[in-house]
Parts: sequence; C-alpha cells; structure tokens
Amino acid sequence: MAMQYIEGIPLLRPYVDHDNKGFWDAIREHRLVFQKCKDCGLIVHRPRPMCPQCLSTERDWAPSEGKGRIYTYVDFVYQNASYPGIQVPYVVVVVEMIEGVRMISNMIEESAEDIYIGMPVEVVFDDIAEDLTLPKFRRVKE
Amino acid sequence: MDGIKDKAAIVGVALSEFSADAGKTELRMSCEVIKAALDDAGLVVTDVDGLVKQSEDASDEHAVTSSMGMGNLTYFGEVKWGAAPCAMVLRSAVAVAAGSAKCVVVYRAVNGSSKLRMIPSMKTSGQMSTSDLLEWTFHCPYGLMTETGRVAMLVRRYMHETGAGAEQFGWVTTVCRENGAGNPEGLYHEKPITLEDYLASRIVVDPLRDLDCYKESDCAAAFVITTPEMAKDLKQKPAVIRGCAQSMVGETERMNSYYRPDIARLPEVGRVAERMFRTAGVRPQDIDVAQLDDAYAPLVPLQLEELGFCGRGEGAAYCEGGDRIRLGGEIPLNTSGGSLGEGHIHGMNHVVEAVRQIRGTSTGQVKGAELALVITGAGGPAAGLILGR
Repeated sequence: MAMQYIEGIPLLRPYVDHDNKGFWDAIREHRLVFQKCKDCGLIVHRPRPMCPQCLSTERDWAPSEGKGRIYTYVDFVYQNASYPGIQVPYVVVVVEMIEGVRMISNMIEESAEDIYIGMPVEVVFDDIAEDLTLPKFRRVKE
Repeated sequence: MDGIKDKAAIVGVALSEFSADAGKTELRMSCEVIKAALDDAGLVVTDVDGLVKQSEDASDEHAVTSSMGMGNLTYFGEVKWGAAPCAMVLRSAVAVAAGSAKCVVVYRAVNGSSKLRMIPSMKTSGQMSTSDLLEWTFHCPYGLMTETGRVAMLVRRYMHETGAGAEQFGWVTTVCRENGAGNPEGLYHEKPITLEDYLASRIVVDPLRDLDCYKESDCAAAFVITTPEMAKDLKQKPAVIRGCAQSMVGETERMNSYYRPDIARLPEVGRVAERMFRTAGVRPQDIDVAQLDDAYAPLVPLQLEELGFCGRGEGAAYCEGGDRIRLGGEIPLNTSGGSLGEGHIHGMNHVVEAVRQIRGTSTGQVKGAELALVITGAGGPAAGLILGR
C-alpha cells in the first residue's frame, strides 16, 4: 500500500546545504549516490563535511547500485506517535546497502506484514511533489 | 586516572508534583524547586555559586538568578540531551572538585504535558541545531521523527538478534508500576498493572506498545552539589559521588544509532559503566539498587547487559517474571517507579531516588543500601552515577 500524504499538512523537506547538496541533486535526477572520499575511498552516508577516516574534505558522489537488505524497520500505527502529515499505518525502514552504508527510507508498496529483516530491496524514486523526490525501496526476488 | 571519587556530594534534592498541567511557568517551577532543594540541604540562595541546566530547558540561568536574587555565580552552563541528569552531576562535581564553585545547583523544569511538543528541540527555542537538521534532512521526510519511532528501530533489531519479546519487556513496566504504586508522590500511586494489562495495551509504533513508553508530565527537579567538607555540617546525610561518567562513541545519534555496525547495543552505557565502576572501585554485584533509564521499557534489559548484571542477549530473560529486578531481588530497579511508574522528568527523578536510597528515605527502600547507581540516556549519549554514603 503506497504511503498517503495528508493534504494541508506540510511535507517534511530535506534541508539542503553545502554538505549534502550532491546527494539531493542526484536524487532529483533519479540517481542514488553516496559520498566517497577522494583520498582514502571510504563511502559514507549520511553526507558529512569531512571523511571520518582520513579527514579529507575532497569527495566524489559515487553511484550506488541501489540494492540492499532490510536491516530493521518500524510500523507507525498510532497517529499521535507518528508524523501527522502521513496517514498511518506507514513503515520506515533502515536499509543496509551493498556498498556497506545504511539509509533510512520507506517501502513504496509493502505493508509491515510483508517485511522482514534481511529482505532484499532496491531503490525506486518517489516524486512526491513537483519539487521533491525521495529515494524509497521495493522488494526484489532473492 | 579519573579523580572524581569522593570529591563532591549531593546534599539536597527536590522534586515537584507530577501533573498534567502545573498551571505555572517553567521558570517559576525552576525557582520553586531550587528553593526546595536548598531547604532540603539546609542552605540558602546566597550559598549558591554555580548553576547547571539542561540545554533544552526553558529557564535560563540569568532568569533564575534574577528571579531568586542570586548575586554571585562563578560557574554556570548547559548539558545536552537525555543523558543530562547524571551528566549535570558530573559537570557540577568537576566544578566543585576543581574549586570553580563550592555549591552548584542542577535544575530542570518541563511542562511536558501541557505544552505542545511535537518536535522536541523546536518547541522551546524555535531554533534548529545541526543534529536537528541532519534528522530533518535524512529521517523526517520519511515520517521518522518521534522518539518512539527512533527507539522502536533499535528494539526491533534487538528482538531479532536475541529472541527477546513483549512477554519479557512487559515485566519492566510491571515492576516499575509495582514500585510506583507504593509512592504517594508519583502519578501512579496505588495504580499497579499486570503483565496482561501490558500485553493488552495498544501498539503505537510496532514493536513498541503504549505501556512501553513514558508519558509526558509537568514537573521540576533540582539537586544541590557541594564539597565533602561543606556536606558534613548540613541537614541531610550526604550522598557522596563515588563514580560519575559520560560517554559518546562513534555514530551516536541523539536517541540511538542507525548507522553503526551493531545498533542493538548501548555501547555508551557500557563505557560509562566501565569507567564509573573503576573510579568507584566497585563491581556490579556491589550495587544495592539501580535507577535505569526506563523512558522505554525494552531499553532496560540492554542497560542490564551493558552494566554487567547479565550477559549479552540475556537482559530480557533476566527481567522475565520480575523477581530479579523487584524489591528483594538481585538488583532492585527504579524503586520509586522511574519514568514508567513515578513520572517523566527526563531522568531527574532517578537521581533524586538514588539520593533517597542512600539516605534511607525511599518508599521502596532497599534495606541498608550503601551504593546506588543511576543511568540516564539509554540510546545515544549516556551518563551514569554511583552514589555512596
């Protein structure tokens, strides 16, 4: 079941700054990228101003294969403990990408009963507003 | 080596009424509770030369000093996040030990129930910190923005790795409510629950239930920290700081971690434990009573593991049935009820209760308690405290 955003309540938008602009620019173009250190090659997510391994500020935005597995997830079922702008129930997942980093996201269709830890998923791009795209995930075959 | 042992003592404590609507400003509640803590110690406002507050607290130091006629502060500042109660004790003890202040008051007042608080750090200051922006950018657009949701991520993973479940977590709430039932000052006086009540409570963010989670309330608390020399001549038996520590490790978030290799642990609590046990020169089995962070019941077993009361993955089974963690058990927990059974003031009441235990005045008194332990901030930056006589 697709997520339903409740009309009249503002969408929560990423705060785009110098540190993360490369990530969100790519997402607008339906590409998933991760910050990769130009000096030591470490891939990190979320983006940050410096490589936590070698302290370099030189980086590339390395394309991701877009595949991973569910690491953990929660099912928001009670509206008062959830974001009021999204209709419950909705699922938030932590995906462990094959590049080794983790991302917080949503499943595009599956409801909580269909999801399990270790489930293979791939990225899809959800254009939830004219000016807002979020990377989300769907189930793929083992 | 950590030289904080026996360099400072908690000599006065106060806790206001817990309520759904205090009908007072947080500043007034701060001032009233500071006065009450000084009265408890047998001190007066002019004795105070230090103030330490929680960074999200609405009552700034200058507002408190001008409201209370405090004329001579030599030390003041803020401590952040859920670990704050024990971390504020550490900061005060360090100041006292270094001679930067002789008498430091730690305070916190929150109208958590009567004030709207959807987005925690925006409710008071209207400003967003860097960590808020990180959450806003990478978590909130997906609808992950409540504490309950953040904690549920960790709990799901812990259940997956250890096989723990609601039938075990439920005993934490049940024992806290059992203790709270005997505490006339708390919100749940004479309101115990059974495991069946817990299991019947609604799922809020699966896998967390309503009775896993603290409820917001309006409350204020304060403690007075001074030197051992000054403590000798005061009204109360001092609770001497034997060990006190803070910890932050890699990829710590405000509430937990999503990004480090194993999220179903509380490494910050482990580091705090290691350091404060070493400083105090004691072992887990020497502790008579513990006040753990029970804002969310399933985080209690993880703390028991990190503190060394049981092995990795054994915490939930340790809590099952309640006998090991209730009064008379191996390590009685949250003897005034804690967040789940007394009321929620972000762990301030846990420190107050540890002091009561050392004085021998708790409604859930452990007979002859000599060492009381407190953890604040389970999931995210943590702090801990060992008090002795």
